[in-house]
Order: sequence, then C-alpha cells, then structure tokens
Amino acid sequence: MKNNVDRDLPEDVMADLNYQPFKTTEIGHPEIQRVAPKVHVSTGDDKVVTDIKQVVKDTLQDGMTISFHHHFRNGDFVFNKVMREIIDGGYKDLTLAPSSLTGVMNDMVIEAIKAGTITHITSSGMRGSLGDFVSHGGLKNPVIFRSHGNRARAIEHGDIKIDVAFLGVPNADALGNANGMEGDAVFGSLGYALMDAQYANKVVLLTDNIVSYPNTPASIKQTQVDYVVKVDKVGDPDKIGSGATRFTKDPKELKIASTVNDVIVNSPYFKDGFSFQTGSGGAALAVTRYLRQAMIDNHIKASFALGGITKPTTDLLNEGLVDKVMDVQDFDKGAAESMHTNKNQQEIDASWYADPDNKGAMVDQLDVVILSALEIDTKFNVNVMSGSDGVIRGAIGGHQDAATAKLTIISAPLVRGRIATVVPDVTTIVTPGDSVDVLVTEYGIAINPKRKDLQEALGNLPGVPVYTISELQQLAEKKVGQPKPLEFTDRTVAMIEYRDGSIIDTIKEVKD
Amino acid sequence: MEIKDTAVAGTLESSDIQIMISKATDGIQIELKSDVEKQFGDQIRHVITATLNALGVQAAKVKAVDKGALDCVIKARTIAAAQRASETTATPAWEVL
Repeated sequence: MKNNVDRDLPEDVMADLNYQPFKTTEIGHPEIQRVAPKVHVSTGDDKVVTDIKQVVKDTLQDGMTISFHHHFRNGDFVFNKVMREIIDGGYKDLTLAPSSLTGVMNDMVIEAIKAGTITHITSSGMRGSLGDFVSHGGLKNPVIFRSHGNRARAIEHGDIKIDVAFLGVPNADALGNANGMEGDAVFGSLGYALMDAQYANKVVLLTDNIVSYPNTPASIKQTQVDYVVKVDKVGDPDKIGSGATRFTKDPKELKIASTVNDVIVNSPYFKDGFSFQTGSGGAALAVTRYLRQAMIDNHIKASFALGGITKPTTDLLNEGLVDKVMDVQDFDKGAAESMHTNKNQQEIDASWYADPDNKGAMVDQLDVVILSALEIDTKFNVNVMSGSDGVIRGAIGGHQDAATAKLTIISAPLVRGRIATVVPDVTTIVTPGDSVDVLVTEYGIAINPKRKDLQEALGNLPGVPVYTISELQQLAEKKVGQPKPLEFTDRTVAMIEYRDGSIIDTIKEVKD
Repeated sequence: MEIKDTAVAGTLESSDIQIMISKATDGIQIELKSDVEKQFGDQIRHVITATLNALGVQAAKVKAVDKGALDCVIKARTIAAAQRASETTATPAWEVL
C-alpha cells in the first residue's frame, strides 16, 4: 500500500492498527466527536498525599495508559520517580503516552520495556539510547509518533485514552490549582500538560511546593485534579532550560539566518500585523535578531509570535515589536520568567496551538514559520525523526503543525560534516513537501515550484542565489559523495502519523 | 615509500580525520572508526588505500578516527602521516599531490 508521498506502508500493520494512508495536508471540515473523562466525585478535602506508591496502587491497573509531560526536559525528576514505583509494583502491558520523552527518561523507559511494564509507546519523539533501543527492535509494538497538535487531536478523539496522568508542577495548592511559573523548578507554560489535565480519567499532580489555597493564576484547575503528591524535588532548575541564550558565532549559521531574514522581509507576508514562529536552534535564534532590526527599520510590528518561546522572542515583546506571545512551552529561563511578568505572553494548550480538528488553531493563523531539518529531499519532504544511520533520534514537535503556515521556511546547512542534508529521498518523511515553501541553505535558496508567487517575489534578491532543489541536492552530493544505502529489516518499529492521524511513513528496524 | 616510524596527522575535530600510520610487514591494514561508517566506511578505506598505493607504500598499519571528513581531507591527512612515518617530509612526493 502506497500513500500520497509514495511511501510503501506495511498492510498488515496498517490493518492491525486500523490506519489510513496519508492523502493530503488539507484537513477540510469534518464533524468530529470529542470524548470526556470519567470523574470520581469528591469535595477535594483529602487530595494531598506523600506516598507515590499508594497513589499508583489506587489508580493503576495492568493494560492502562499513563501519561507525563516533558516541560522539565532534561531536569525532570518526576518521570523516573513515578516509573520506579510502577515497575517495582509489577504492573504489565501499560501504554506510555507522554507529550515527549527526554534523555533523562531513556534508561527508565528501557528498563520498563524489558520488564514488560511498558508494551506500547506514543510520543512526539525520542533520542539517544532509547531511540537506539527501539530502532534495534527492542519494543515489540511499533511506537506511534505524533506531533504536538496531533497528540491533542488524538486525546480529544479518544485515540489516546489517558487513564492516569502524572504531572509534575513547580507549585500547587492542596486542591490542585497549579501553574508552571512559581517555585524552584519553573518552566513557564504548561501547554502540553493542559491536555492531560483536561482529558485524563485520573490526574495526579506531583509538586515540591504546596502553596496556600487558592493558588492563582491556575493553569491546571482543582476541578481536574484527583491527587496532589508532595515530593522532595520535581526537577533540577539548571537542566530545565538553557540558561542565558547565546547567539551563534558560527558563520555558516549566521549566513543561513541572514538569508532567512532576506526571504521573510521580501515575502508578501512581511507587513504590519504579521505573525511568526521560530525554533530554538542556533540559526533560528539568530533569525530573531535579524528580524528585530528589519522590523525596526521598516516600522513593522508583529501581531503575535507562536510556539516554543525563547528570550529573544520575549525581548521583542518587551520592546513592543510583538503585540502578543502565544506560548505553548518555554525553552529558556528568560522566556519562562517573562510569562510571569508580562500579561501579553499568553499560555496556550496544545489544542489551541496546533490541533487540526478544531474550531481554528493558532497555527492556522500563522504567517511565517522557520523550521529545521535533519534531511529534506527533492520533493521538499522533511525528516526530523531518523538520523543519517536510520536510527530514531528526533521529535516531530510542532513541525507538521507549524508547517501549515502561509510561508514555511526550512533552514538547514547543505551538508553536515560528510552527511548531505539535501537528499534525493529522505529516510523518514515527517512533514510533507506540500506544506514546505522555501529551503534556505548557506549556498542559496530553493523555492517550492508550486509557489509561483514566491518564485516571483524572491527570484531576484541581491546576494540570495536561487537554485532548484535538485541543483542543491547535486551540489551536496558532489561535496560528500554518494552514501551507501542504509539497510533495514522488514520489521516496523515506528509509525509516523501526519497531524490528521493518517500514516505518512514508517520506520523499520535497522540492520547491523 | 617505506614506513619506518609511527606518525600521526589530523585532529579529532568534526570534518577532520586523524590518521596514525605505523610499520607493518604485510600489506595495508586499516582500522577505521567513523561516525559515518555505515554510509561511507568503504569509501574512506578506499581513499586511504589508494593514496598509500600512489605513494608506493607496500605495507602499513593504519589507525583512522574519522569525524566526517571529505575525501580531499582524508587524502591530505593520509599523505601527511605517510610522509612523517617514512621520514620524507623534507622531500615531499610532489607527483602524488
């Protein structure tokens, strides 16, 4: 069975999991039914407990679905604490459905898989030892990768039915009113966790900081919470986000960033009231700096900045160059703190951010987005999931979702070391070429031939050579040579959903 | 060219390759560690062997630690290491360059 981006999909796995092949980036106007959680009624007077083991015993059964958020990133203490109790409790056949998996969780997940505790996983991504483990066939059932917007969709549809959500927070009152902004281990927006709090049958908050009732502003509300567990520490503040954001000095990244800026400024979208999203990579941060100057020079202000937020973006907010920051997660301390102090930095949940089955998500209003790529092919398909050795080492994040913007720019170096970024066919398709408009490399840009308007607007910029994407691919191959094709077995280890829940690609077990 | 000594050229920086050449009795043996072994391992071994052959090296033990070097870099590091190991840096084999 082939889908519309020409990927062969395994018919047995597709049938087993009741999947449809990817057809189009158009979502249309279907009528959908959302689900609602079970509520165990209480006045909430005895939610506070100290024993995680007891909470696990009271809430969990074999075969259930558990969830976590990844806002603590590599400073997370909650995941390992809870999973320890679950593994030691001898639970089996659980589905792990976190918003994403960070490096600090890897060893515990592998242990839980080996113990038979976890038999299914759905996540935005995975890296390091866990990605390696899964790519070598360590988990029997294929991992389901979903974008942040798609996870929200899947939860609302009931494709992911969370039985128990274990959510770490830097503060909560005795009833469970909580936010991500105050305490030792602050991370700012609780965007991804808000889905779990709203839709899980049981919501267990874990905090090291119980504050007086009622706690405001309450991002997670007492009406959603079953337990508040007091623990020693929920996270390591130093590892939650990068500290001060440093601008790249890498000339290649700077060249790419200034070209991205040229593309934006000369596009039809760069006008007063435009909106944008940038990532957290070195080039993306530098783009924000160039864009700032361009906005000042041209007397242009943005109506909103979206997505994962960094300090350079909140600086634009404080300078008045951006009216609102719509914040689903914060990548550094500066951005997290700013959410506390600036009322124009609005916390949004993953559904509001990017869920396609919605009455309008923020990404639907987005003008310009800058996204990265591990690989991009001559059809403009992008891979952010598997490495050049075919091993899982990435995350979809909001890539597919934000790529629906009116101007989607992929910024990537032509080659990384000896590995070409622009290739004939990406190893794994995550974001379809249909939603990608311009590729910016250090050598020049390539414009999706479907965008005649952009060909015209960007075709003759001084200092910005325009190539076809095939020319860039050939240039890359001339530099690095032709790699030996990767070898995989027939076994499917992961399914990549498009944001509408159809299958855009699969990942096979690597052959070593 | 005869390998008399053990010599090194190159660094462990990304996009470089460190080549250590030492004496051997029989043929060219290559021990390669590379981040891109799967895709380019054969090609890297081929470039090292071809470069040594062009220099007239019959026997050598080569330890190579590759950090994603391009072919031109692999060739240059191999020549430099071979010349150092054969004590011919004062009289480079220009025709091979």
